Amino acid sequence: MSSPASTPGGRKRGRNANPATPSSEGPISPPSQRRRGQDSSGGDLMPMPTSPATDVLSPAAPQDTSLLSSPRPSVMPNEADISSPLGYWTPSSRVEGTPSSRVEGTPRSGVRGTPARQRPDLGSVRKAPQVDLQSDQPSTDGAVASEPNAGHRLVIWGTDVNVGTCKEKFQRFLQRFIDPTSTEDENAGLDLNEPLYMQKLEEISVVGDPVLNVNCRHVQSFDAELYRQLICYPQEVIPTFDMAVNELFFERFPDSVLEYQIQVRPYNALKTRNMRNLNPEDIDQLITISGMVIRTSQLIPEMQEAFFQCQVCAFSARAEVDRGRIAEPAACRHCNTTHSMALVHNRSLFSDKQMIKIQESPEDMPAGQTPHTTIVYAHNDLVDKVQPGDRVNITGIYRAVPMRVNPRQSNVKSVYKTHIDAIHFRKTDEKRLHGLDEEAEQKLFTEDRVQTLKELAAKPDVYERLASALAPSIYEHEDIKKGILLQLFGGTRKDFSQTGRGHFRADVNILLCGDPGTSKSQLLQYVYNLVPRGQYTSGKGSSAVGLTAYVMKDPETRQLVLQTGALVLSDNGICCIDEFDKMSDNTRSVLHEVMEQQTLSIAKAGIICQLNARTAVLAAANPVESQWNPKKTTIENIQLPHTLLSRFDLIFLMLDPQDEAYDRRLAHHLVSLYYQSEEQMEEEFLDMAVLKDYIAYARTYINPRLSEEASQALIEAYVDMRKIGSGHGMVSAYPRQLESLIRLAEAHAKVRFSEKVETIDVEEAKRLHREALKQSATDPRTGFVDISILTTGMSATARKRKEEVAQALKKLIETKGKTPAMKYQQLLDDLRGQSETAITKELFDEALRALADDDYLTVTGKTVRLLA
Amino acid sequence: MPSTHDWINDPLGVVEGMFAASQSSQSSGWEAKAVELFKEQLKEKEAQTLVPSLNDVPLHYLKPDSLVRFRCLVQDMFDPEFFMGVYETVDPATKARTLRCGKYKDVTESGVDVNSRSTVTAERQTFYCVPIPGENQWAKDGYAETRSSQGRVVPSTSYVPSRQKRSYEDDEEMEVQPQKQKETHAASPSAADPHGNGDCKRQETEAPSGPAASASHLDLNFPLPGEKGPSCLVKVYEDWDRFKLNDTLQVFGILSVSPALSALADEKDSFLDPAAGLESAAEQRVHSPPASLVPRLHLLHAERLDHNNPLLPGAALQENRAFLSSALGEMAAVRAELLSYFTHVLLGDALAAEFLLLHLLSSVYSRRDVLPLGKFTLNLSGCPAAAAYTQRLYQIVQQLVPSSFYLAMSLQNMNQMRLVPRKDYVANRLVSGALQLASSTSLFLDETQMEPGQLDATGVRNVTALGNLITWQKVDYDFNFHQMEFPCNINVLIASEGRSLLPSDCRVHLQPQVAPAHMEEYLSSIHVHPQASSQLNKFRVFLSVARLLDYSISDEVTKAVEDDFVDMRKDDPQSISADDLHRLLVVARLLSLSLGQTSLTRDSWLRAKHIETLRRSRMEQHKSVNGNEP
Repeated sequence: MSSPASTPGGRKRGRNANPATPSSEGPISPPSQRRRGQDSSGGDLMPMPTSPATDVLSPAAPQDTSLLSSPRPSVMPNEADISSPLGYWTPSSRVEGTPSSRVEGTPRSGVRGTPARQRPDLGSVRKAPQVDLQSDQPSTDGAVASEPNAGHRLVIWGTDVNVGTCKEKFQRFLQRFIDPTSTEDENAGLDLNEPLYMQKLEEISVVGDPVLNVNCRHVQSFDAELYRQLICYPQEVIPTFDMAVNELFFERFPDSVLEYQIQVRPYNALKTRNMRNLNPEDIDQLITISGMVIRTSQLIPEMQEAFFQCQVCAFSARAEVDRGRIAEPAACRHCNTTHSMALVHNRSLFSDKQMIKIQESPEDMPAGQTPHTTIVYAHNDLVDKVQPGDRVNITGIYRAVPMRVNPRQSNVKSVYKTHIDAIHFRKTDEKRLHGLDEEAEQKLFTEDRVQTLKELAAKPDVYERLASALAPSIYEHEDIKKGILLQLFGGTRKDFSQTGRGHFRADVNILLCGDPGTSKSQLLQYVYNLVPRGQYTSGKGSSAVGLTAYVMKDPETRQLVLQTGALVLSDNGICCIDEFDKMSDNTRSVLHEVMEQQTLSIAKAGIICQLNARTAVLAAANPVESQWNPKKTTIENIQLPHTLLSRFDLIFLMLDPQDEAYDRRLAHHLVSLYYQSEEQMEEEFLDMAVLKDYIAYARTYINPRLSEEASQALIEAYVDMRKIGSGHGMVSAYPRQLESLIRLAEAHAKVRFSEKVETIDVEEAKRLHREALKQSATDPRTGFVDISILTTGMSATARKRKEEVAQALKKLIETKGKTPAMKYQQLLDDLRGQSETAITKELFDEALRALADDDYLTVTGKTVRLLA
Repeated sequence: MPSTHDWINDPLGVVEGMFAASQSSQSSGWEAKAVELFKEQLKEKEAQTLVPSLNDVPLHYLKPDSLVRFRCLVQDMFDPEFFMGVYETVDPATKARTLRCGKYKDVTESGVDVNSRSTVTAERQTFYCVPIPGENQWAKDGYAETRSSQGRVVPSTSYVPSRQKRSYEDDEEMEVQPQKQKETHAASPSAADPHGNGDCKRQETEAPSGPAASASHLDLNFPLPGEKGPSCLVKVYEDWDRFKLNDTLQVFGILSVSPALSALADEKDSFLDPAAGLESAAEQRVHSPPASLVPRLHLLHAERLDHNNPLLPGAALQENRAFLSSALGEMAAVRAELLSYFTHVLLGDALAAEFLLLHLLSSVYSRRDVLPLGKFTLNLSGCPAAAAYTQRLYQIVQQLVPSSFYLAMSLQNMNQMRLVPRKDYVANRLVSGALQLASSTSLFLDETQMEPGQLDATGVRNVTALGNLITWQKVDYDFNFHQMEFPCNINVLIASEGRSLLPSDCRVHLQPQVAPAHMEEYLSSIHVHPQASSQLNKFRVFLSVARLLDYSISDEVTKAVEDDFVDMRKDDPQSISADDLHRLLVVARLLSLSLGQTSLTRDSWLRAKHIETLRRSRMEQHKSVNGNEP
């Protein structure tokens, strides 16, 4: 048995081992803790696995520091480490420190009655290392140990952390830190001018959830030195923080009752890393990485402490798990019978553990590489916090474990296994559920980058520049590019759910229609490649489920899982749908909800839910007759239901302009594509990366609001639009068009990085809207722009005509007198004979239908019957 | 300095010597120097051929821990791993401590002191590499010959490479694989073994790879069905970012087949080892397969291959002036010969032959945002269904290009084959698919095999993937939670009876000059060129060289082209669209290259226009005859 008493394990134990603990029986080093001191007596208090130890320690004397001098053979870094904490900690030099066995129930001194809960995530709380190591090491390390002592600078082994100072500093941080500019949603409802973390402690006392999340950035801005220590020596510093916070808490709220002691969970370590950048220097440091969960294991009960009982005398002993092994006592210490000790399972201690695999997020990856994966272990209450598919930021300690040395084998594999012990999860897309903040990706911009972007934004022609940078290989179509640019930026999200109208759509939907071969698909592909959350589907290949969501059974867990389709996946992004016209009606119908309400309702296999699908739709459709027929309306050309069409803010026609100057420019453009070198091209246009960042920045940080003048201008524009139509007795604008205008104006303000929507934005929105309408809503019969083509599916003239025919038909029937039934063909011929204009069969059918709708008649087969 | 062949036979000794020297002299940078040394040695093409190649020599004939080379494709990239770069061993008897170098090794020496402070952790990356998928037999043989002609055979064996060929041909028939060369070699495995002692030899080949019997359950993850050859775990020590998935590489590295590796993997009693217990068995199998099946290769030097044609010099073409100028000189003549050969093969249709030739030269040379430039997918419609014509056609293509793949677009294949690579999260690897091909592979899609029926979900996905491949020259690998696109450069040739259901850049309808009555006879007379392979070799060089040439358009010609375009539009705007101009420019480019011209001339432009017009008028004609074409 590797007697736990023989060595002082991690500092955590050391800390609580205070001289007053009666049971400290460590023969070698006095401060070796008997955690819980329950060797014999307290055992019955803790029959539950994972239940925290329930020992009550004598009020903590702040002697913690005394323990620090105790050698900690388990973690034996060399002097170099002490002097340069950021230095290289080879895993092997700390081999005993790394396996994540732990002392559960590390008691924290001084906090009456509240059990401490183990922190397997820190893993540092080492069980006693093997004896041979011990004998081996003190010789070398003893010297180091004494040094700090001599200098009266008590530091934890292998670090430059002085527990006393560290604790003090952290308490000061808690008591004083104020962040008046905080925008985090966690801090919602807190008084920003009061010490932030004290308010959180108060919250803990009320809510009783003993977890204190600490933003590392706050620590850094408060005390850079403390932050450095936290990052470099998380195993040592975090327990110190725990201690500090508990002392503070129980001083403040002496009466509160917590399930166990407060644990500090730092997050947002500034050393946020891409998984790809992790390297050996990060081992044992606090890191934050982002990624996507791809697999989670089932819950693994991990034995923390084995409970043995002597079969002969019922004497019990405990053995802590050491690097995955339990040292079974060979003989009973009480009665000296050999091989009498038996493991009692239900008195052993277990903790929860879960293996989680994280994969690099696709955005972080260099092209042409495959994503890396990392194993993360979650412990205790972090188990089952994340699901596959979640995007998370994980803060934890990076570990490298050498392949187990097998005594039977002379040579070993020289490879380490690496993993991260998670301390804190933060789902990056969690906010979606709460809808607090539209931009999930808080992309970090360096100051230089922001500067470049701002300089770019200050240029007067930024709008044109960006538009021309969009898909440079596609020639001209400036307005279309501008429209797409505005779509990329989007409007400002507004929430009227308080007043019952719900969310206003902020995303701009665009439909491109036109002749085949006018690079519509290419434009779509470009957009899809440009935005982080883009999805590209083809109307031909996608089914309604592929677009929305479907339910499937997870083969491993047999659980029903909701799998999301393209529309949901592109939440906060752009969903590019090619061959929109080829889509089945059924599939298209789901788009109705998405394109206005921006939600997706699912009722399937017992799962009823509403998912957010705040996606902008960029669709491309080909005309039915393969060539655009200028004599027909948009609706007739593409045969899409007008209900859907009216949901597009901008509908552009991409037609082949037949004009010589254009041809020449086009030819030049194309030929140059084929021989210009890569560099030449890049000089001409903005880099795609800059454009990406520009858009991301604007979407994240710029939320323009309408200025007074702009609102006036919008009102005027709307009124003007309505007026245009009124002359011909038709309505030419609906509130939907006003909303479109607002969105476009906002997006244009975003392009300028302006927090205010001004008149120029409205002007541009008007212009673009008009341009798009001119193309798509011109009534080929009259030559007028007629919005009702898009809103009702037919032009006002056509509708008027339909009504006239219906009236004429009614009159005709009435003149026939009281004949209850008529022949269909007969009626058509009569009508044709009577009318001056040509009556098509369709027109006649429509007229019949209109009358049928009025309950005037019914049509059965070839007979028309009058009703009433 | 190492003696002549130490660096081949005992590279580890060389590395360790340098390590030891650096320890005593405290000089830094020995690692860079070691790499430099090997690079220096490998500069000479002759020196390279001295190194035995895993492609040609069976694994068990290779000396462990010697330098070997491997011509391969990066099929998957595993996670980086940390290892002991430097470690200390303790002799149990004398307690003497020695520093050792862990680089380029999988297994440490005995007596490691894991707690030593001198241990240095270093990082390396593992690539899973497979032989270039679809590499044709002639290319393989060509590479094997270059090395055996050097006279030196693998040290310590009497192995003769020619025997190796047998084992390649023993493959069980894959139904998708056309009967390649079955005419020349009798196919049945039991019959016709040219070597009298072939059978016992073969046993010898198979016996040592005892676990090879179990290879069937260990999927080596080759992109194409029916592939053979070793796959390798290549450990890369520096700059692994410069490699990309699907790169074709010539890797020089130290072969490690230590049985200890498999032994270590086996004795995982997972219960007590928390780390091992959580790693699924599948993952274990994939990431540490038995070394006898999947050897490890510790990379010392790697070069990216522009082509895998053994007939071309290895170095970049532009540097090899002499070769280039002689090749360019012959170009026009070879082109004419090849054209007449193709005309013969394509039933006397010279125009189709012209386009086929251009197609085989095409290559994506650049991308403008999402638009790949230079691709030229050809749809040969009107292929006679008789006498397995398409398969014969493929055999001919196969004889000319270094790597190719024949995909019969039968319903069954489309519904069942895995075309798109998919990430398997359980085993944590990228499960390959048939579209994971090396750059400039020829993909032959045989649509005549398609019969009416229903495509299921997989089938639709596969067809979509093919469509994307053709239009965008990219494949969207399926990562379950998201897709990731990998650009590729694959020449797609579609043979169909009518118009293909897949998009294509250019369609030519075959007009056989052979009377239907004589068709059978004519077809059976076409076979793989029997005459001297020297002519075939000329064709092979021609095709490979032409696609590697640089190309430009002068300002004058640009102007002329623009004028031409405007004029054509003026006459009839319907006659030519932007797409047509795109195609014309590609055709002009390929035409120039096929003539060995590196810039566009007025003549080539006119000629390109001419053949385009011919092709279009044939389409018109065909349309009016057929009537049902859209």
